[in-house]
Amino acid sequence: MTKVTMTVNGKTVSGEVKGNTLLTEFLREDLRLTGTHVGCDTSQCGACVVHVNGEAVKSCTMFAAEADGAEVKTVEGMANADGSLSVIQQAFQDYHGLQCGFCTPGMVMSAAALLKDNPKPTEAEVRDYLEGNICRCTGYHNIVRAIMAASGQDVPAVAAE
Amino acid sequence: MPKDHGIGASQKRREDVRFLTGAGNYTDDINVHGQAYVHFLRSDMAHGKINNIDTSAAEGMPGVVRIFTGKDFEGVGGLPCGWQVTDKHGEPMKEPAHPVLAQGKVRHVGDPIAAVVADSLEQARTAAEAIVLDIEELPAVVDMAKALEAGSTKVHDDLADNLCYDWQFGTDTETTDAAFKNAAHVTTLELVNNRLVANPMEPRVAVGDYSRANDEHTLYTTSQNPHVIRLLMGAFVLGIPEHKLRVVAPDVGGGFGTKIFHYAEEAFCTFAAKACNRPVKWTSTRSEAFMSDAHGRDHVTKIELALDKDNNFIGVRTDTMANMGAYLSTFSSSVPTWLHGTLMAGNYKTPAVQVNVKAVFTNTVPVDAYRGAGRPEATFQLERVIDKAARELGVDPVQLRRQNFITSFPYETPVAVAYDTGDYHATMDKMEELMDIPGFAARRAESEKNGKLRGMGINCFIEACGIAPSNLVGQLGARAGLYDAATVRVNATGSISVMVGAHSHGQGHETVFPQVVAEMLGIDESMVDIVHGDTSKIPFGMGTYGSRSLAVCGSAMVRATEKIINKAKKIAGHLLEASDSDIELKDGQFTVAGTDKSVAWGDVTLAAYVPHNYPLEDIEPGLEETAFYDPANFTYPAGAYACEVEVDPDTGKVTIEKFVSADDFGNVVNPMIVEGQVHGGIAQGIGQALLENCAYDENGQLLSASYMDYAMPRADDIPHMASYVVDHSCQTPCTHNPLGVKGCGEAGAIGSPPTVVNAVIDALHSGGHTHVNHIDMPVSPSRVWAAINGQ
Repeated sequence: MTKVTMTVNGKTVSGEVKGNTLLTEFLREDLRLTGTHVGCDTSQCGACVVHVNGEAVKSCTMFAAEADGAEVKTVEGMANADGSLSVIQQAFQDYHGLQCGFCTPGMVMSAAALLKDNPKPTEAEVRDYLEGNICRCTGYHNIVRAIMAASGQDVPAVAAE
Repeated sequence: MPKDHGIGASQKRREDVRFLTGAGNYTDDINVHGQAYVHFLRSDMAHGKINNIDTSAAEGMPGVVRIFTGKDFEGVGGLPCGWQVTDKHGEPMKEPAHPVLAQGKVRHVGDPIAAVVADSLEQARTAAEAIVLDIEELPAVVDMAKALEAGSTKVHDDLADNLCYDWQFGTDTETTDAAFKNAAHVTTLELVNNRLVANPMEPRVAVGDYSRANDEHTLYTTSQNPHVIRLLMGAFVLGIPEHKLRVVAPDVGGGFGTKIFHYAEEAFCTFAAKACNRPVKWTSTRSEAFMSDAHGRDHVTKIELALDKDNNFIGVRTDTMANMGAYLSTFSSSVPTWLHGTLMAGNYKTPAVQVNVKAVFTNTVPVDAYRGAGRPEATFQLERVIDKAARELGVDPVQLRRQNFITSFPYETPVAVAYDTGDYHATMDKMEELMDIPGFAARRAESEKNGKLRGMGINCFIEACGIAPSNLVGQLGARAGLYDAATVRVNATGSISVMVGAHSHGQGHETVFPQVVAEMLGIDESMVDIVHGDTSKIPFGMGTYGSRSLAVCGSAMVRATEKIINKAKKIAGHLLEASDSDIELKDGQFTVAGTDKSVAWGDVTLAAYVPHNYPLEDIEPGLEETAFYDPANFTYPAGAYACEVEVDPDTGKVTIEKFVSADDFGNVVNPMIVEGQVHGGIAQGIGQALLENCAYDENGQLLSASYMDYAMPRADDIPHMASYVVDHSCQTPCTHNPLGVKGCGEAGAIGSPPTVVNAVIDALHSGGHTHVNHIDMPVSPSRVWAAINGQ
C-alpha cells in the first residue's frame, strides 16, 4: 500500500492505495465521488474522464499512485462556487444534451477541456474532439449543440448555415 | 408562441441537475454495509460438456466466502420465458431449461459456470483462476441454416433438434399463393438483419441483500421494470413471495430493451445474499456485457413482393430464420413473431400478407428485444424490397409507396392488428418538403465533381407501440398482463407525489409526467414529483419498453388524477355549500360555476387531511387515488424518413450528408424530449446500418466483445446540424388513450436503417454499379468496396 495525497476539487485528500488501484477506483470507492463513471474496460467510452493538472484524462487508465501530488477535478467540482450550474453544465441542460446521464460526467469534463484549448470550436472540431466519448442515448446532436452554445456561439445560426 | 408550461412545453429536465453535478444514484454507486463481491467464471467455449468443476483449491484462497456452481441451483427454477408462442401445427414452442449457473453443459461463450463470492472483487477474480474445469469441447452451431440441418449438433440434448418453433401468421397459403400467381411482377430479396448489442453506457449491476430480522430480500438492479423482475424472480426462480422481495432500480444508465429481461446475475445475487448471510454485489465489465447482455435482431430473411400491372401491392410473403441464441431470454420468443409478423403490412393496403418464422437455437448469447424489437426487422425487409421493386419497375420510390398507402382508418391488416389512425401522405409530404428533393440533382452533381457518388434513400414505417392490450397479448401467448399503474398522492398542503409503474432511464419522466398532472389541476409543475423504480413504493406496473410509458402509464396517471379531481370537487362543493356538479376547476381554483365563490387547491387538500369541516358521511378523508390502465389497442406511430449519402467509390466509405425524419407521434407533451428520443434512435439506426456488428466465428467465438471491435457510432458519424432535421409536426392523435399520444422511443431506430441502405444502393446505381441490388448491414467500407468490385 502506498500513501497518496492529491487535491480533488480544491480539497486536499489522502489515502492508502495499492499499486494497481486505478484513479477511478480511488475516486469512486475511497472518496465516494461516484459522479465519475466506468462504462468500459478498454479506455474507449470516456465516461470516466476527469481533469488531472488541467488535462482531460481517462481515470480508468491512470493509477491512483500516478496522481500523487496532482490537482484533480471531477464533475462534482464543476459547478459554480454558489452551487449553480456552470456555463457548460447549464448548456447541457438547456440543449437537452443528456438523457440517462451515465456518459454525461465524461462529456462535461471533455467539453471543458476542449473549450479551454479551443474557445470557439467549429462543429466539426467538436465532433472530432468527442471521438473518445461514447453516448448511446442522445445521438450526439444535442451534446454538440450544448458545447457550441457553451462556447458562446449562436447555435440556431450555425444550424441555418 | 410555444407554451412555457404544461402539455406541449419543452420544459428543461429537472433530473439533469443531479446528473450534471455527479449526484446521480446508479446501482454501482450503491454499496451495502458488509457487502461481498461476486465474480462469475464464464465459459470461454461455445459448447461443451461439463465433466467436473474442481473448486477445492480456490475455496481456501484469501477472502473467499463461498463458491457456487450449477449444483447449488438444482433446487431452484430456471430463468423463465414470458411468452409462449404456438407453432403452425398448434404445438407450443420448445422451452429448454435455462439454469442460473450452467448445469451439465455450457452453451455459449459467456455462459456462467461458477460464481466466486469473496471479500473483494480482486480476491474473487484471483480465486476463480484456481478453479479447475474439466469441460469437453463439443462442436458448436452458429449458423442458423446449419443448425436446422438434419443431424446438426444439438444445443439442447433433450430436444429433438434446434428448432424452437415454426410459426406461420397472416393470410392463408392458398390465398397468398394466388396473389403471387396473379402478379404482373414479383420482387424477391434475401437479406440479413445483423446481430447487435444494445450497449447502454451503464453496464448491468446487481446487489443482493437479505435481512434475517424479517426474512426480506432486497435486490438493487439496473432494470427497466423492477416489478417484472420481482414477479419473474420471486415466482419462477427463487420462490420468494412478493411481500418478502423488494426490487429497486434507481437511476439506470440507459436500457434500450436489454435491461427489460430477468438475468441470472440478479437471481444469483439475491440467492447468494441469503446463502452467505452477506450482501453480494456484481458489477458487469463491458467485456462481460458483450457476452451476457441479451443481443438484438439477427434475422435471416427472404421476402417476396407481388405487384399487379398497375404497381399495386397484392401480396407479401416472408420467410425468416430468427436466432434465439442458446436459451430463451425473457421476451425473446415474442420478438420475431408478435412484434415482427404483426407489422409486415407496413403502411400499405396489401391484401395478402403471410409471415413465416423459424426460431432457432444456436451456441450464441440469447437474443431478445432491442430498441424497436421486431419492428425494425419488419420495416427493413419490407422497405428494402419495395425499393428494389421500384428500381426494377423504373418507377419513383415515393410514388410507388404513396399509391399503396392505407388512407382510411381504422384499418384492419391481414396480420391481426387494427391501425386506429394515421396520415401517411402527410408525413411523406413533410419529409419531401424538408428534404428539398428538387435540389438533389444539384447536390449529386456537386458530389460527383468531388469524385463521390451521392444517393438518396427514402423509407416509410409503422410501429405498434403502447404495449399492450392484455386480453389481446394473452391470446397471443403473453404470460403477463401489460397494463400499467399510477398512484397520485396529494399531500395536505397540496404538493403531489405520483408513484408510477413506468421506469425512467433517460426518457425524462420526472419532467414530463408532472407537466401532465400540473396542467390537469392548474397548479405549478414544481408541486408534482414522480416516484419510480422501487417496488416498495410504487404500484404494480410493468415498466418501460415498447414506447409505452406515456401511452400506458401516463394514461393510468391521467385516470388517477381524474379521480382526484372528482373527489376534490366534492370537498370543494362542501366547503362552498354548492353541489359538486356545479364546481369548476381552473388554474388551481375551485369555483361555483357562474359565481365568484371559490376555494384554492390548497384549501381543498388541507380540508381532506384536516377534516374538521368535511362531508365525512359521504366521503373518506385523504386525497390519494390509484388507477390501473389497460390499453384498448396498440398505438401506431408512423413516419417517413429520408437521407442522402456520399459513397467514396475508391474506398467504399459511406458518409451521411443529410437526414430528415417526419414522424407522427400523435400529441406531444414535451417536444424537446421527443426530438431527443428521435435523435438517439436515429443514431442507433445509423449504427446498425453502417457500423455495428456482433460477430461470431464458425466455432462460436465472439469476435466483437469490446469497443475496440464493436463499432459504436461516434459524434462524427452523425450528420451535422445544418443537414439534419427531426420533425413531429404531423399529428394524428391516438384515438383510444386519454392523452392521444403514441410513443416516440423506438421510431428512430426503426425508420433509419432501410433509409440509409436504400440511399447507398441509389448512390451505387448512379455510379453505374447497377449489379448491386443489396448490401447487408453494416454497410461497411469493405462490403461496399467488395460490392462495387463484384467480389
